[in-house]
Amino acid sequence: MDLNYTPEEQAFRAEVGAFIHSNLPPDIARKVLEHRRLSKEDYVRWQKILFERGWIAPGWPPEYGGTGWNAVQKHLFDEACAEAGAPPVIAFGVNMVGPVIIAFGSTWQKEHYLPRILSSEDWWCQGYSEPGAGSDLASLKTRAERRGEHYIVNGQKTWNTLGQYADMIFCLVRTSNTGKRQEGISFLLIDMRSPGVTVRPIITLEGEHEVNEVWFENVEVPADNLVGEVGRGWTYAKFLLSHERSGIAGVSRCKRELRFLKRIAAQEQKDGCPLLGDPRFRDKVSRLEIDLMALEITDLRVASAEREGRAPGPEASILKIKGTEIQQTLTELMMEAVGPYALPFLPESWSGEWLGERVGPEYAGPLAARYFNHRKVTIYGGSNEIQRNIIAQHILGL
Amino acid sequence: MDFNYTQEQQMLQDSVEKFLDKNYSFETRREIIAARKGISAPAWEAFAELGLLGLPIPPEYGGFGGNAVDTMVVMEAFGRHLVVEPYLPTVVLGASAITLGGTEAQRRILLPSVVDGSMKLAFAHWEPGSRYSLSEVGTTARQEGGFWVINGRKSVVLHGAIADLLIVSARTSGQPGDAHGISLFFVNPTEPGVAGRDYPTYDGMRAVDAEFTDVHVNAESLIGVLDQAYPLIELVVDRGVAALCAEAVGCMEALNAATLEYLKTRQQFGGPIGRFQALQHRMVDMLIQYEQAKSMACLAAVRVDSADAGERRRAVSAAKELIGRAGRYVGQQAIQLHGGMGMTDELNVGHYFKRLTAIDATLGDGDHHLSRFAAAEMTAESVPMQPKSRWKQLV
Repeated sequence: MDLNYTPEEQAFRAEVGAFIHSNLPPDIARKVLEHRRLSKEDYVRWQKILFERGWIAPGWPPEYGGTGWNAVQKHLFDEACAEAGAPPVIAFGVNMVGPVIIAFGSTWQKEHYLPRILSSEDWWCQGYSEPGAGSDLASLKTRAERRGEHYIVNGQKTWNTLGQYADMIFCLVRTSNTGKRQEGISFLLIDMRSPGVTVRPIITLEGEHEVNEVWFENVEVPADNLVGEVGRGWTYAKFLLSHERSGIAGVSRCKRELRFLKRIAAQEQKDGCPLLGDPRFRDKVSRLEIDLMALEITDLRVASAEREGRAPGPEASILKIKGTEIQQTLTELMMEAVGPYALPFLPESWSGEWLGERVGPEYAGPLAARYFNHRKVTIYGGSNEIQRNIIAQHILGL
Repeated sequence: MDFNYTQEQQMLQDSVEKFLDKNYSFETRREIIAARKGISAPAWEAFAELGLLGLPIPPEYGGFGGNAVDTMVVMEAFGRHLVVEPYLPTVVLGASAITLGGTEAQRRILLPSVVDGSMKLAFAHWEPGSRYSLSEVGTTARQEGGFWVINGRKSVVLHGAIADLLIVSARTSGQPGDAHGISLFFVNPTEPGVAGRDYPTYDGMRAVDAEFTDVHVNAESLIGVLDQAYPLIELVVDRGVAALCAEAVGCMEALNAATLEYLKTRQQFGGPIGRFQALQHRMVDMLIQYEQAKSMACLAAVRVDSADAGERRRAVSAAKELIGRAGRYVGQQAIQLHGGMGMTDELNVGHYFKRLTAIDATLGDGDHHLSRFAAAEMTAESVPMQPKSRWKQLV
């Protein structure tokens, strides 16, 4: 047992760290580190820098533009990105639909879509959930009927993240109502500019526009955009979930946010002393830090098992549950740290460019909104209750 | 980055498991506990033969020069089988104190007898009222002629009654609470002036509360440097903590396995109770706690012998704190999921729970280690403390 990085791993970390340090635009890093709102342009600018360097899709096979890194190297890369304040790569293209197209897509789909994902030419979003199909995803109703060389799509998707920016959406659609309901689901790629597609914003409790409803009314989709076989969409969706779980725990970002928490708690005063020195607050921070230390080791244990060829399986659900709990506690303690100055609600000041007057410390502005927004993390990507079902079934055999 | 046991460690694990499976059943353990001494002579002999007693002792004194990960392998197995033998006080605490602090002569004389099983040790450090503090030493040792004269009391000395030699901390200068001025001595329990009460603990072990009245020990009984035993005691205790963390992980693993088996076999409402989601999710949380605990036990084992004392303190205390919480959760829920059966003395579940509870209260509980972790962090970040801080700067 050796928890130190090998000299090769250390050299790798130095290499990626140096690249990120000299290529990450400081204005973007500042927004990330200070929890400001990121624009589409910010995300794309950074993704293009990674693309130019060949590091946009570490999880892809090298022949498709991946890096060939092992799980520990991916972890080190994530860590270097998070530490520097790089925005996360939007997962829908690179980490979600990309691997599905690689594994099950047609030659045309691979040749057409994969390069555009890598170069950020297409912004992808996900069409899974529906008003009547949340955790019970297989009850989805959006229909795709074959008419000649097209599918005609009708229905409604929801909780569609950043769809307002998207060029493409990958959807689970119902192509059959007979037999097992999972077997009537297909995986379809739809151009968001098609006539009949309507995107309506859903404003979440912190007041931001992050998710949408997407409506499909007689949308014509070329049959070439069906991935793999008709009726196999459920299998592809499960593949997508079990693939590329590197970074699912979010350990690297949590470590960065913990440093931020400690920094502001050292500046905030309580009874004339730093809040961080107050035993009551300090204990909460310390317990969180200890949980995060443990999660980092657990994450690395899963990663090194993966490096040795054991496929990442339902262990990822453990990482998702624990990681999201820690993320939520972090946002909660940050908000708590600034006390009453969490209350002023001035969304216009959350952009990186805001030069107007502020109330309270500069770092305090977006913290309450972040806390409210982060209630989502134990719900999305398969709620933590669904993750527990997965573990109960696939690890414990219950 | 490598989380695997080496081939030697796997072989060690296999041989310990094989021995315990065959010779240390729950029923055998019950008989051992019921007997007067509360330990098993045949088991101790077998441990010597298996090389466990010399595991962390350097080869020049007859041992195998193993590291804390080797100890982890043994302690995990001991946790799975609820071993009550005095391995922690003798091999982990006692032998470490001698190896790290003893003179060459002390090592040559004592360590080979630990390795061959003829010498058992006990670590008498804490006192009534000192709680888990390492520096609240009120027992005194004063020099008189060529002797040290020891006076004071030591509390809950694990397996003190069967020890051939006690390792006793005493104040040679300063006041209780000072890190400076503490020294370590060997005390033969048969010396005049050594008295005490031997009693069982709730987890099937035994301990003594010892009293020292004008106990004379010779000059060669001093371990390490006069007045400067504090860092040695701290390191020895940290090794003990790392070992306890591994034992707790073994206990949790066994408890989770037993509970999962119960969920799959216990029939109620016309089927196994494991089909109910409320119980499934509880079991999943027990698994998550176990995985997190296992991660921290690895971290503690790898970092306990780190040259950087700050890094060592941080890792060891973080591990003990988390494992205290995890052990409590897993233990309590194992009982809950076993229902009435979990409440019985007959089933082993309650005994694992009691051992986990005892582990939290041994060598510093969760709160103690949380404070120590925070103090290590604060020192590293130079955050000023509250004026009435209860944290003490450790050396």
